[in-house]
Amino acid sequence: MTVQYTDKPIPRPALWGIIYRSSGSLWEGVKEEKFLIQKCKDCGKILHPPRPMCPACHSTEQEYVEASGKGKIYSYVTYNKSPHKAFKAPYSVILVELDEGPRVISNTVDVKPEEIEIGMPVEIAYEKIDDELTLYKFKKAG
Amino acid sequence: MGRNILEEYMNRKYDADIKPSPQANLIKDKTAIVGIGETEYSKNSGRDELDMACEAIKNAADDAGIKVEDIDGLETFTLDRTAMPFIVSTLGLKNLRFASEVSFGGGAACAVTLHAAAAVATGVAKNVVCYRALNEASGHRFGRGDGYAKYMISAPTPHYGYTFPMGFCTPLSWAGCWGRRWMHEFNVTYEQIGWWAVVLREYANKNPRAIFHDKPMTHEDYMNVQMIVEPLRLFDCCVDTDGAAAHIVTSAERAKDLKQKPVYILGAGQSAPIEQEIQTIYNRPVISGLFETWYAAHEAYRVAGVEGKDIDVAELYDPYSLGGIMSLEECDFCERGDAGNFIEGGDNIRVDGKMPTNTNGGLLSEAYIHGYNLVNEGVRQLRGQSYNQVKDPELCMVTAGPGVPSSAMVLRN
Amino acid sequence: MVEYVPGIPILKPYIDADNKPYWDAVNDHKFVVQQCNKCKNYYQPPRPMCPECLTLDTMDFVPASGKGEVHSYIIYTTDKMAYPGMKIPYAVMVVELDEGVRITANNADDIDTEEIHIGMPVEITFVDIDDSLTLYQFKKREA
Ligand SMILES: [Zn+2]
Ligand SMILES: [Zn+2]
Repeated sequence: MTVQYTDKPIPRPALWGIIYRSSGSLWEGVKEEKFLIQKCKDCGKILHPPRPMCPACHSTEQEYVEASGKGKIYSYVTYNKSPHKAFKAPYSVILVELDEGPRVISNTVDVKPEEIEIGMPVEIAYEKIDDELTLYKFKKAG
Repeated sequence: MGRNILEEYMNRKYDADIKPSPQANLIKDKTAIVGIGETEYSKNSGRDELDMACEAIKNAADDAGIKVEDIDGLETFTLDRTAMPFIVSTLGLKNLRFASEVSFGGGAACAVTLHAAAAVATGVAKNVVCYRALNEASGHRFGRGDGYAKYMISAPTPHYGYTFPMGFCTPLSWAGCWGRRWMHEFNVTYEQIGWWAVVLREYANKNPRAIFHDKPMTHEDYMNVQMIVEPLRLFDCCVDTDGAAAHIVTSAERAKDLKQKPVYILGAGQSAPIEQEIQTIYNRPVISGLFETWYAAHEAYRVAGVEGKDIDVAELYDPYSLGGIMSLEECDFCERGDAGNFIEGGDNIRVDGKMPTNTNGGLLSEAYIHGYNLVNEGVRQLRGQSYNQVKDPELCMVTAGPGVPSSAMVLRN
Repeated sequence: MVEYVPGIPILKPYIDADNKPYWDAVNDHKFVVQQCNKCKNYYQPPRPMCPECLTLDTMDFVPASGKGEVHSYIIYTTDKMAYPGMKIPYAVMVVELDEGVRITANNADDIDTEEIHIGMPVEITFVDIDDSLTLYQFKKREA
């Protein structure tokens, strides 16, 4: 199972502050069902979340590359009481470590809260919420 | 009884016996500004504030000749919208041991330097960077009535409640009330105050960083431009800017081995307005002067062991012309009530005048980076790197922020 | 005089425990200022503690004369820095009351914006903006 939504609006990602000199952006990619992560053109370091300068070499040249979308659950929480009126409890939020290294926060698709465990292999899935918003989620790796 | 500070103010006599003594001040001569940096100043950066902050900090580190990872202290405004953790993760800082923010916007522009110097002098941190980034021109603006209206249905604090319902809702108009009273008490004319904007524009015309670099302005242009809030015209207002600026403070000891000639912090102080909450309550007996600028300036002088007449060049916070003009009196560059006469014709504040002032074009004509660009210009003057270079200056006065908690510092080369 | 733009609400005062009696009085078309019953000093705006005596329980609200003089003023001549809910031009005056405290308010309908000058004798008057908001303004007074 995944998160069940109420009819209340879901908090939206702020596009402010995530588009830097490099073209494209994580959220533009997600709309096309691609998971884009930022990479330093000079030293190759993967940067997530996106930022305007590479913390390793202070280069301001970055690009977006498509990630494998595969990873493992690194940690998770389960809400038994909803913290926000858009979401119906119970639901889980997972922290996934991608094969490329960065860790991302997401929800599960087709995984019951009690099934979730640390180390579980997962792969990316997309859920279109409406015309403006698509979210990335993770399902059990096939 | 304690001090009667308003009496001291009216008698132009700052009490010299205040404790601690200047000798006990650990900042004096022991800390220095060693690096300055900024982004391009523009009306529409097309960039994020975090992006600009990191560029300005990197430029300041390069200017100083220190590695970004050697920065171990961060200092900014509470108003700054770049969250410190993102500054840390974007710059890859690993040795952070000191971070603080100073409240009330522009008035903090020298206070951040003071806090950084205090951290350095006490050994809490080694290299502290003070930074500020804002998209004032293209994005969020302070000081716009419609901005307030959009986000509020009631005044944001009890104190604003006594003024916002009357449509009295922007800093320019709040300042206009002190300014009007000052002009009234001392018979200052519009013609006289116009010279401030004109001379600053001349400076900007020679400074390629300035937003108004390519736009000359005559005194006649000034007199013909529209009133925005009477008694203040369009050319009395600061220039809304997108950009960032930063400067790095370290110990005098370490400064000696770095790339640039160190600019020492000789004295600095903060102050608060009294009987006047956030510019809008006018209960202080005298509103025809900037008490808080006078106080901060004289605390800086006291610690530095100098007087107004010793200063060679001044960078005075001018979010509107009158803020800078009245500061000339508060820093003892002229008599109280005489600033109108002092700036008439402009010669006294030009580069070879009695007190060259805001030599980058100030907040009116270079950029409005909330006073940080004035600090950078003060440092440039003492290094001999200004586009409007004063001849061999030794001491520079920098002030920040009338009307709110304020600050000032004396820099030495 | 001030004129409001229909459809844009006037920003309301922020009422808290310290200033509620002040705004309640304004609602009743009365003007009060805070006075410390120990040192007899007047204070505006209201505050929880007397800054002279440093006492928390001595701050009374007392009727004020409402009479005073214009101490300073500004005129919004363009919409650039003005409140969009009020028609340009409009003025805001700082009035020094006989009690010594200064109050910020608009001019009443009997004072043209151009007539305002420092030292002008004025007295307080009240306007009911709507069911939930009453404000004070200053009108002309014989010296
Ligand atoms: Zn890199
Ligand atoms: Zn008292």
